[in-house]
Amino acid sequence: MSEAFLSDFSEYQQALSDGKTNCVIQVKTALKLIEQNHELNAFLETFENSALQKAEEIDARRHSGTIGKLGGMIIGIKDNICYRNHKISASSRILEGFTSLYSATAVEKLIEEDAIIIGRLNCDEFAMGSSNENSAFGNVSNPHDGKRVSGGSSGGSAAAVAAGLCHAALGSDTGGSIRQPASFTGTFGLKPTYGRISRWGLIAYGSSLDQIGPISNTVRESSLLFDVMSGQDEHDTTSVPDDLVYKTEKELSDKPKIALLKEAMEVPGLRADVKTYFTKLIEDLRKSGAEVETVSFPYLDFVVPTYYIISNAEASSNLSRYDGIHYGYRSENGTDIESTITLSRSEGFGKEVKRRIMMGTFVLSAGYSDAYYVKAQKVRRLIKESTERILKKFDFILTPTTPHSAFKKGEILDPITMYLEDIYTVHANLAGIPAVSVPLAEDHAGLPFGVQLMAGPFQEKSLLKYSDFLMNRF
Amino acid sequence: MKIDDKMIEEISSLAKLKFEGAEREAIKEDMQKILNFMDKLNELDTDDVRPLEYVHEIYQKLRVDEVHQTISKEEALRNAPQKDSDYIKVPKVLKKK
Repeated sequence: MSEAFLSDFSEYQQALSDGKTNCVIQVKTALKLIEQNHELNAFLETFENSALQKAEEIDARRHSGTIGKLGGMIIGIKDNICYRNHKISASSRILEGFTSLYSATAVEKLIEEDAIIIGRLNCDEFAMGSSNENSAFGNVSNPHDGKRVSGGSSGGSAAAVAAGLCHAALGSDTGGSIRQPASFTGTFGLKPTYGRISRWGLIAYGSSLDQIGPISNTVRESSLLFDVMSGQDEHDTTSVPDDLVYKTEKELSDKPKIALLKEAMEVPGLRADVKTYFTKLIEDLRKSGAEVETVSFPYLDFVVPTYYIISNAEASSNLSRYDGIHYGYRSENGTDIESTITLSRSEGFGKEVKRRIMMGTFVLSAGYSDAYYVKAQKVRRLIKESTERILKKFDFILTPTTPHSAFKKGEILDPITMYLEDIYTVHANLAGIPAVSVPLAEDHAGLPFGVQLMAGPFQEKSLLKYSDFLMNRF
Repeated sequence: MKIDDKMIEEISSLAKLKFEGAEREAIKEDMQKILNFMDKLNELDTDDVRPLEYVHEIYQKLRVDEVHQTISKEEALRNAPQKDSDYIKVPKVLKKK
């Protein structure tokens, strides 16, 4: 019996079917490995009891019954995705002691297909951040260099996968929170089309932008997870019906048409080596038969401010539910209801979350909402329509995922500089389209960075297929 | 647009947040910076553009307005920071005369 954790999912499945290991042994070794890697700070908590129970149940069924599509895949979930009777905190003090009363639809579907949920993963508080330095429970280290950030906000998810502590992880992506940490850790990450995976049970940040998605070491695990999690859900009215998806889906062509954005190559922070590898990739793609053309996307400079107005507005509204009264942290210093609410929120939320609630409250406030919030919604339409025009002529849009590899912890302190880290990724959230980050190369220090592919709405199938081709090209 | 103390007072009162001393100065400075950054959008003419409110305008559905019991009283009380067997406890509302 194999006592080592088989972090490669295909190898794990082979060993299971050959009877060389079983799910219980693998869960136990994964738990040990997670403990040994606690300095990464990727996991906030492991779910030992329920994970072992599920593993036993799958092992018992192996010879007598049928096994679900995920066949015992060991998965970590971001700490903003609900799992019934398990703790969840969104990496915030304000959810101190909170236990989920129900499971996210995505989680329920995974368990139904025999995934094993091994624990909850660190993230930026309420998924607000690009470095995982906004967690109330400490930052996450990059497995490639412990002094550097994992990226964010799904930093724990990406780090756990990169370090081989689980087969895959769930993250959430509002402006790049799956793709940016995937880029920084050398993993694959998918942000699906808005409405493709139910948001029921995902702690809301920016509701018109949020999507749950997978992070994994190869495209295969993410494809499996996406297949299982996607689909319409009565609990999320923005989730779209499957027949609409099937009607829209296109087959991947042998000679896909790929658009490059002229403005993306002119981003001031784009590092020379990232640009070089990116250019080299384009040559390779052309050689493989792809038609690659540069087009103009004049709104690139506007995507980040538009994103921050809309996401902060939605956040200020979504986070008004944390009042210190109904659940979570309550300040001892309040003298009446009003001061109890204000103090609970002021003591319970971290700095970046408060900043975003304040900005969101401002852009929605009387006298300013037309100038900021409505203006941003108008610009969002321009961005979306311009993107749709490009994707009518092209199968994919190709950009770097991040302008550089992982930066050092504490290196970026200015909020605007940090917001601009999302320059390539917020585009897909504003347009509601699917996007992935595929590992591209490593820099001279051995730090990975990725390339981003965006596609038209509901084109995940061809996006995943082409990602797989990209990852296996060398 | 200038973010001053009065503005911070108003917005923080709406947001039910409190900033004092150095924290107040920091949030004022940050908000000013972020706002200047957001002002970038004024470079675009959007007079004839409709605001985008729904991501997929081809598909919109309203939920049927029906009452469902989604959680029990016991469940609702489970996460309350202060409670008795039937109610969530809150600080005193009525003051003694």
